Amino acid sequence: MNEETTQKLGIVVSGSLTQGVEVRLDGSASVEDMAVGRYVTIEGQKRRFFGMITDVSLGFTDQRLSLTPPDTSDPLMAEVLAGTSIYGTLHVLPMLTIGTDASLEGPQPVKTVPSHYSTVNAASQQDVELVFGEEDERKFYIGTPLDMETKICLNLEELVKRSNGIFGKSGTGKTFLTRLLLIGMLQKSTAVNLVFDMHNEYGWEGTSEGHRKVKALKQLFPSSVAVFTLDEESSRRRKVQTDFVVRIGYDEIEPEDIALLRQTLNLTEASVQAVYQLARAFGNKKWIEKTLELEDGEETAELLNRLNIHEATFGNLRRGLETIRRLPFLVPKSPDNTVSRILEYLDRGINVVLEFGRYTDVTAYILVANLLTRRIYARYRDRTEQAMGEDTPTPHPLVITIEEAHKFLNPEVSSQTIFGTIAREMRKYNVTLLVIDQRPGGIDTEVMSQLGTKLTCLLDSEKDIDSVLAGVSGKNELKSVLAKLESKQQALIFGHAVPMPIVVRTREYGSAESYKSFGLVSQADVKKKAEKDIEELWGQ
Amino acid sequence: MDRIGEVIEASTTELAAQCYELYGVPPLGSLVKTADSSLELYGIVCNAVTTSLEPGRRPIARGKDEPSEEAIYRSNPQLTKLLRSEFNALMVGHRKDGKLYHYLPPAPARIHSFVYLCPPEEVKEFSQSFGFLNILVNAHLDISTDELIAAALRQMSRAHQERHAFLVTAGKELATLLSGRFDQLKSVLGRLKE
Ligand SMILES: Nc1ncnc2c1ncn2[C@@H]1O[C@H](COP(=O)(O)OP(=O)(O)OP(=O)(O)O)[C@@H](O)[C@H]1O
Ligand SMILES: [Mg+2]
Repeated sequence: MNEETTQKLGIVVSGSLTQGVEVRLDGSASVEDMAVGRYVTIEGQKRRFFGMITDVSLGFTDQRLSLTPPDTSDPLMAEVLAGTSIYGTLHVLPMLTIGTDASLEGPQPVKTVPSHYSTVNAASQQDVELVFGEEDERKFYIGTPLDMETKICLNLEELVKRSNGIFGKSGTGKTFLTRLLLIGMLQKSTAVNLVFDMHNEYGWEGTSEGHRKVKALKQLFPSSVAVFTLDEESSRRRKVQTDFVVRIGYDEIEPEDIALLRQTLNLTEASVQAVYQLARAFGNKKWIEKTLELEDGEETAELLNRLNIHEATFGNLRRGLETIRRLPFLVPKSPDNTVSRILEYLDRGINVVLEFGRYTDVTAYILVANLLTRRIYARYRDRTEQAMGEDTPTPHPLVITIEEAHKFLNPEVSSQTIFGTIAREMRKYNVTLLVIDQRPGGIDTEVMSQLGTKLTCLLDSEKDIDSVLAGVSGKNELKSVLAKLESKQQALIFGHAVPMPIVVRTREYGSAESYKSFGLVSQADVKKKAEKDIEELWGQ
Repeated sequence: MDRIGEVIEASTTELAAQCYELYGVPPLGSLVKTADSSLELYGIVCNAVTTSLEPGRRPIARGKDEPSEEAIYRSNPQLTKLLRSEFNALMVGHRKDGKLYHYLPPAPARIHSFVYLCPPEEVKEFSQSFGFLNILVNAHLDISTDELIAAALRQMSRAHQERHAFLVTAGKELATLLSGRFDQLKSVLGRLKE
């Protein structure tokens, strides 16, 4: 097999395909060296299986051993009992078969279980490499398994074909993981990114623990990243090189945008209805301005009466709209069309990060992200449809990153928002989402089920764990793995972009070496280089 | 090889031997062997007695006026002729055509076969495999099987350099045989200390 000395852990004693197999540990292997999330290989008679430890437990052959524990300070007693009368068991979920001659046959999903008493070994580096592949022009190194140095790679070309999610409670490493993934997409896929950057951590620089600064995308890949900002002053103070200052005009806000803000603006259902009526009365472009201009008096009262809007409802709506009006990046009329500018960059293969500066409250975030996405999506849809009909080039696949995803995708609103639409339709128009959330339980289950690949850091609420793992085979087993992740920089990854669920220690990010390890080439540079090579080949 | 006695009674599972020397019995649990033309038979000493030569006649106390116990024997030299020592061995294996088997021999020992105490090398060879433990565990004896198993393992362990390792391996074997009977396992392991 291989030259490395494989560590024998034990033998298979029972199990099933759906539930996984029980492995009885040898006396020489200590339960305390086992950990959920580790990989093992099982040497079946006909094939090798590759699996993950999902539980570790203690067993007895005699119930009395638990009632009157033996004196294990006696070394003979302790040694004799270990592995015989008292023993450790592993619960292993076989995930793949890796063939007896691995070079002939790639990993295949399991369709059976290894036979009784098959030997179980700790997986070797080679085994892991065989399953997860090596870094190449499509595969991006995202982390290492828990007890090895082998690189685990994600197939990013595959990943961006669907919407994906990054989850984990606060401080577990979602932002770091997202940054890595964005770099991965920038380097290894043909997709471009649009990031709604609520806390200003993806464009120019972010912070790590202890207020250490870490570089973000534009510092590392200046020619493939543009930073747009909603808060010029904040960006300038942070010495960010921005490419464009975003202003949103009242005329760009549509009734749906307000509907999405119902909760954050404390609007009643009736107020939301009123919005649609006012928009019909004043026109989609003018309604906010006109509504805010309404003065108390006869005329207004008459209008409201005509539109069948109650006075209290109007008061409620007014207060909500005032909150919006106070957002400093809003202007009565948008001076430059932000959407076109963003598309211009995206078309050139340049990734766009929109910083929110000091406007970190959710109202601003939801409003802007929804409004811009809706319109960018519409343009993508038109162009994709056109491309299908007329043989024009399709736009670059677009990945839109949003945080606090449950605000856009909770069951109440997900059917109405553009994000719900995008999540559901799986790249029909070349647009997918990367959703980041610390409370995935708040996201519509239908949307969750559409996510292709999920990367989840530690979660501890039952509801969140259930929602992330819904519909995954081996759910109960993965549950215990997920709940036992370390509180930082570890993630469970499963779905389309990986052959089987894996737990990784996320690749280190933030040190000089870590930046160097990216090689600092982007897909755009590669293309440029290729074009240049072609030019040189043919001469001028 | 140490010739210690002669078979005086034999069955498939057990033999009884009389010692050549009064009190010359091998220790409890030691490995003994006897042979006929084609077979060597191994047994583990499981019992020993010293009795009067004539059945039914019990010795009488003689030491009232003697200064020491040895003096009793000195003043009554006939005693060593009137008393005899015997031991029983449980059959645990045999050797045929040079090969060791850790299960019962096809035929019992013959009367008057000589009985030898096995030297350490032979004990070591015999105890490479623990098939015999099963016979001990299932034996019906006057003494407790726990006692016998422990005695046998103690004896055998002396022939091994890595005494502890030997006992651990034997212990694990026993733990499997006695699975579900932890009290018995504990009682045996507790008797292995010396
Ligand atoms: N891959 C990594 N390399 C280096 N440090 C990391 C990595 N992942 C996480 N960390 C450490 O963990 C800390 C928290 O990570 P991060 O800011 O990504 O958490 P988060 O899940 O985004 O939290 P929040 O929900 O509060 O935004 C970081 O400040 C950093 O110190
Ligand atoms: Mg974060």
